[in-house]
Amino acid sequence: MAQFTTLTSRVIPLPRINIDTDQIIPARYLKVTDKAGLGDALFADWRYAADGTPIADFVLNQPQHRGAQILLAGDNFGCGSSREHAPWALTAWGIRAVITTDVADIFRSNALKNGLLPIVVSGAAHAKLLEFVEELPQCELQIDLATQQLTLPDGSQVQFPIDEFSKTCLLQGVDQLGYILNYSERITAYEATLAG
Amino acid sequence: MSSTPKTLFEKIWEQHVVAQQPNSPAVLYIDLHLVHEVTSPQAFTGLRQRGLRVRRPDKTVATMDHSIPTTPLSVPIADAQAAAQLQMLADNTKEFGIALHGMDSPMRGIVHVIGPELGLTQPGMTIVCGDSHTSTHGAFGALAFGIGTSEVEHVLASQCLLQTRPKTFAVRVEGRLGTGVSAKDIILALIARIGIGGGGGHVFEYSGSAIRGLTMEERMTICNMSIEGGARAGMIAPDDVTFEYLAGRRHVPQGAAWERALQRWRALPSDAAAQFDKSITIAANELEPMVTYGTNPGMGVPISGRIPDPAQISNAAARASIEQALEYMGLQPGQALLGQPIDVVFVGSCTNGRISDLRLAAQVMRGRRVASGVRMLVVPGSQEVKRQAEQEGLDRVFRESGAEWREAGCSMCIAMNGDQLRPGQRAVSTSNRNFEGRQGKGGRTFLASPLTAAASAVSGHIADVRTLL
Repeated sequence: MAQFTTLTSRVIPLPRINIDTDQIIPARYLKVTDKAGLGDALFADWRYAADGTPIADFVLNQPQHRGAQILLAGDNFGCGSSREHAPWALTAWGIRAVITTDVADIFRSNALKNGLLPIVVSGAAHAKLLEFVEELPQCELQIDLATQQLTLPDGSQVQFPIDEFSKTCLLQGVDQLGYILNYSERITAYEATLAG
Repeated sequence: MSSTPKTLFEKIWEQHVVAQQPNSPAVLYIDLHLVHEVTSPQAFTGLRQRGLRVRRPDKTVATMDHSIPTTPLSVPIADAQAAAQLQMLADNTKEFGIALHGMDSPMRGIVHVIGPELGLTQPGMTIVCGDSHTSTHGAFGALAFGIGTSEVEHVLASQCLLQTRPKTFAVRVEGRLGTGVSAKDIILALIARIGIGGGGGHVFEYSGSAIRGLTMEERMTICNMSIEGGARAGMIAPDDVTFEYLAGRRHVPQGAAWERALQRWRALPSDAAAQFDKSITIAANELEPMVTYGTNPGMGVPISGRIPDPAQISNAAARASIEQALEYMGLQPGQALLGQPIDVVFVGSCTNGRISDLRLAAQVMRGRRVASGVRMLVVPGSQEVKRQAEQEGLDRVFRESGAEWREAGCSMCIAMNGDQLRPGQRAVSTSNRNFEGRQGKGGRTFLASPLTAAASAVSGHIADVRTLL
């Protein structure tokens, strides 16, 4: 699995709340059979006009955000469908971390399996970050997963929570299926107890 | 036996933990894995890359629903990408020895409709599928939730998942529903109250006299939309209604095994003194038919209500969210929902595509015509639902009223199969999501019950079914 240790990057502000996975990647792009190549479909309906031309004022299309790897999104990011195509599209475009005040359960689980770090901060920290990013679009934010800290451009720091297991998996790139398969004997023993 | 009172969720969870290390998620055993064409191809590819087999093909069942067209399947599928995805599911299930209800199966249908129909869904089970509406199966007293494709691969390979134990949220619905008010209105009212993130990190357990009084299909409608309230799963304690529904179905135990199963299932309901982390009570008799006006399922109001005024909302992000929704929907603050003109009505989906939903819609349509300028699609949730409806003559009721009667599938709920709104079109839909573009880029969705959908279809605008009954 993709690792995540530290990241220093500019931040893309997209503070809308309840950004659902149908916005992250509309269903018509789900007819693929590969994981790769979904970067162009990311936020497709917000990003392109009906004729396919990029909408200039959508953040992902603004030149100052090109190459940025952190998305600053509103509350309850990733609600809706279970499509893992959402983190696939985000990571294919280049996003490695999403900072929000809350993240939907299934999206969180999917993101963590793709080296995409969901960071949940307080409303106050979120507002401060947004202020920075809107005033200084070129400013960089540092993320250190080991210490669970964000370092803001003014040097101030924000602590963020993450469970120990997810943290270890990201830091070491643990293969979760490999982890489960280590329990094969226990699984077999469990199956032997199942009622007929 | 421990004497600590437990919830339904806790009983099922504890029975399925294979292993649990400190500070780590549980290795949770999965009893039933449902698979469809959209979220599985990459999982099978992963298995192949690792040289793994499917551990329990006997606990895995596949069908085709999302990208399959709802036009007659005797005609080759026009969308080459969808056709390739469907073929890949056929190839993968063949290679890995998994039962498939494919293109020509009389039992094909939406995965959350056929699971219960075939008796695959049973109380006390853990059930997963690469689809967030897997919560539907919780209506049977199962722990059922949607998973991503990586997790689909995990379950295929190991029959297990790594899961952190969620919290519990009691949703008590007490009293009697009024005429014209249905299960869909209960769940839309709950989501309007708690918001679409309100159940995050929790599993709902629906209880109370109004829930006890519901049929299995109505209970499925409620559990189906648990995810729209942010909860990955929603459950209802199994009772005689559950057992009566299940008795004799294809995959349900028979004879002495059925009696043993009943004994196990009767022990599942939450103990009287069991504690929940959160709770809410809803008075069923106060509910009206519900309809959404915005771009998430929490933006719903009673049908006689008005569109909220964002100016009244103090939180800036929430205000902006409603402003954006109204702009997308082409609606104004303070407008009445009743009388809003519509272009399309969609009756179907894993929320409301079962036989009882079609009966309710037909009851309103009988002897009436779909209003001029309105397109109505009626899409049975499975081929079995379709056959049953045709036996009862419901297809004729719909056709004679001017509605389209189609083949089973997800259809216009997900708009990746040819059924979709055009930009700007307004639809009353019995499905589960009104997100921007959900039913087609630029399409505008009003979520409602089958009764409200049918009433709106014959009226040409959003209508209160209670005036037609």
